[in-house]
Amino acid sequence: MNTEMLGVIVQVVLMIALSYPLGKYIAKVYKGEKTWLDFMKPLEKLMFRLSGINPDEEMSWKQFLKAMLTVNLLWFVWGILLLVCQGVLPLNPDGNIGQTFHQAFNTSISFMVNCNLQHYSGESGLTYFTQLFVVMLFQFITAATGMAVMAGIMKALAAKSTKTIGNFWHYLVLSCTRILLPLSLVVGLFLITQGVPMGFNGKANITTMEGSKQMVSQGPAAAIVAIKQLGTNGGGFFGANSAHPLENPTYLTNMVECLAILLIPMAMTFAFGFYINRKKLGYTIFGVMLFAVLVGISVNVYQESHGNPRIEQMGIAQHHGSMEGKEVRFGAAATGLWSVATTATSNGSVNGMHDSMMPLSGMVEMLNMQINCWFGGVGVGWMNYFTFLIIAVFISGLMVGRTPEFLCKKVEAREMKIASIIALIHPLIILTGTALATYFFIHAPEFVAKEGGWLNNPGYHGMGEMFYEFTSSAANNGSGFEGLGDNTPFWNISTGIVMIIGRYLPIIGQVAIAGLLAGKQYVPESSGTLKTDTGTFGVMTFVVIVIVAALSFFPAQALSTIAEHLSL
Amino acid sequence: MKNLIKSLRITIVFCIVFAVGYVLVLWVFAQFASPNKGNAEVVTLHGKVVGVANIGQQFGKDIYFWGRPSCAGKGYDGASSGASNKGVTNAKYLKEVEVRVDSFLVRHPYLKRKDVPAEMVTASGSGLDPDITPESAYVQVKRVAHARGMNESVVKDLVDKHVQEPLFGLFGPAKVNVLKLNIALDEASKK
Repeated sequence: MNTEMLGVIVQVVLMIALSYPLGKYIAKVYKGEKTWLDFMKPLEKLMFRLSGINPDEEMSWKQFLKAMLTVNLLWFVWGILLLVCQGVLPLNPDGNIGQTFHQAFNTSISFMVNCNLQHYSGESGLTYFTQLFVVMLFQFITAATGMAVMAGIMKALAAKSTKTIGNFWHYLVLSCTRILLPLSLVVGLFLITQGVPMGFNGKANITTMEGSKQMVSQGPAAAIVAIKQLGTNGGGFFGANSAHPLENPTYLTNMVECLAILLIPMAMTFAFGFYINRKKLGYTIFGVMLFAVLVGISVNVYQESHGNPRIEQMGIAQHHGSMEGKEVRFGAAATGLWSVATTATSNGSVNGMHDSMMPLSGMVEMLNMQINCWFGGVGVGWMNYFTFLIIAVFISGLMVGRTPEFLCKKVEAREMKIASIIALIHPLIILTGTALATYFFIHAPEFVAKEGGWLNNPGYHGMGEMFYEFTSSAANNGSGFEGLGDNTPFWNISTGIVMIIGRYLPIIGQVAIAGLLAGKQYVPESSGTLKTDTGTFGVMTFVVIVIVAALSFFPAQALSTIAEHLSL
Repeated sequence: MKNLIKSLRITIVFCIVFAVGYVLVLWVFAQFASPNKGNAEVVTLHGKVVGVANIGQQFGKDIYFWGRPSCAGKGYDGASSGASNKGVTNAKYLKEVEVRVDSFLVRHPYLKRKDVPAEMVTASGSGLDPDITPESAYVQVKRVAHARGMNESVVKDLVDKHVQEPLFGLFGPAKVNVLKLNIALDEASKK
């Protein structure tokens, strides 16, 4: 067994092993039980007092959503203002200028929705001030938003019958102070010892050994790298993201950063089981997600380690796999693993360039985002799975001739309608966007030329670049086939809109379903109840997800990644 | 409206906790626990700073080991990291790789085509990759030794010493940091 494979295996094992206790802990936090971080209470009290919030005030699901949407709207304006004005704000040693309005529009949305799509490069497109007061701030609070909403849904599902689902602000602050902040501190401190910069000096000015000039960007990177990995954010400090040697300097940092991607999303799945006191249901969901992720990892690690056949044909020595767009210190296998972890969750950070990966790897990456619930974003990934659970319950109920019930609540037409709309909106926005872009590309070449030509690659792969961009936006992932010239009005505005729809419509629908279920009468379990925590039901859910989510994309995949693979 | 005021107030509170508090804790820690007080770690040759330890540099002279092709700016631009983002079937890209193979062979006439390591003709992800694989270093030994008038076995020993084994000898690939190897080379030939 070679060391690259061993590295992959140990990373996967560590993820699973660590997410289990964390899941237990997270369930306790949201239930308000005692934990060893209770010494944070005074800080939390102070935060509530300064904000004029009463954390014990119970909210109905509608009030909960209103609070969530209002604070997000404020963040949107906050982001745009600071990004446009960053040139004149402090902490700008490199003298970078403000973003254009359409770029700031895209960037602000992108970070507000926890997507972290970046149509700029960190070294020149932001200042240290906006890195911290927009990017990093949003990486904490938007991740916390997703977790807070999931906490509300868990509360709704755990109760026998209730009109309220907890307090949004309370969950928001708890997610920050009890989960994201402590973990980020641990990861951040570790990264600093490994040589990730955490200072405020501008570029280092170096005269190289051969006598030429080299400017090296640096800055407060460690603070951002930690939370961008943990909060399924993914927006890197530097343009090359975690492929950059200062953002991810060693194989050990790579292991920690890759682990951090899946840690909380995995833990949230366990947390659900513990919270509603149905551990077996938690394990079943975890099992289905893990199975899907492992399949993806196998494909990508195999594809990348075996190299590019076109390079093989040149007759040179390709012993280390396909190395275009990859870094020697990680190797092809670890990059294959990361590419799956980052797309299965809605993280979107990269340690090698997806645009240069093998076509089938690209297919797995896109499929992960198109399904968007194999662990998924912190909180919201599990919520997407919850949508499919509702659909699976309904279909299975009809198949065996029983009233569809989930957690002792009847699932009726209204919930089913909402779930179906959410499930269909995702393919709708991705495919519409891609269709529009390809239409322009073919039929309005002058317009595309004016925007810089967009594509970096011809043929099937070029179409893949556009398809990937909309997929990544809708899934709030933020990775890209980065060859796409995407800092243009068309891409900034269209993906901005797709990101907003892809974030808020599902959340609103999922909270509504949970709120409606919570308000219903409690139906005690009987021998006639459909069991949702069995392996059979897990398989059923998996099948529903594959049919509803994955197959809608088959034609578009066939025209891009699959066609490219067949032409190898 | 009530929600909006709460939103604004809590956002400012979050700013204080994260963008100030959390950042300050890490910054203070970096002052004594990081390799260079929170700035990028630098390496020196004869007391002069010649590079950032983890950032690759452009090497093209025969007396030095070379790093991988770079697409950061005009090559190893530390202020503009980036990759080629070329697809694996892109014909133009494949031609580019062919050209790199040919010029590598011209500069290393003692090599056969099948000895050219793929990572030496494909661009890295960051464009700043500081490392090459041990094989990529060994194929350059003869050229470097010849250009410096050094004994091949001396140069090879130097490479041996600079091969960084996998983490704990178990995980991940072995590698050679090109910049550190070249510094050692300059120091060795001065003696």
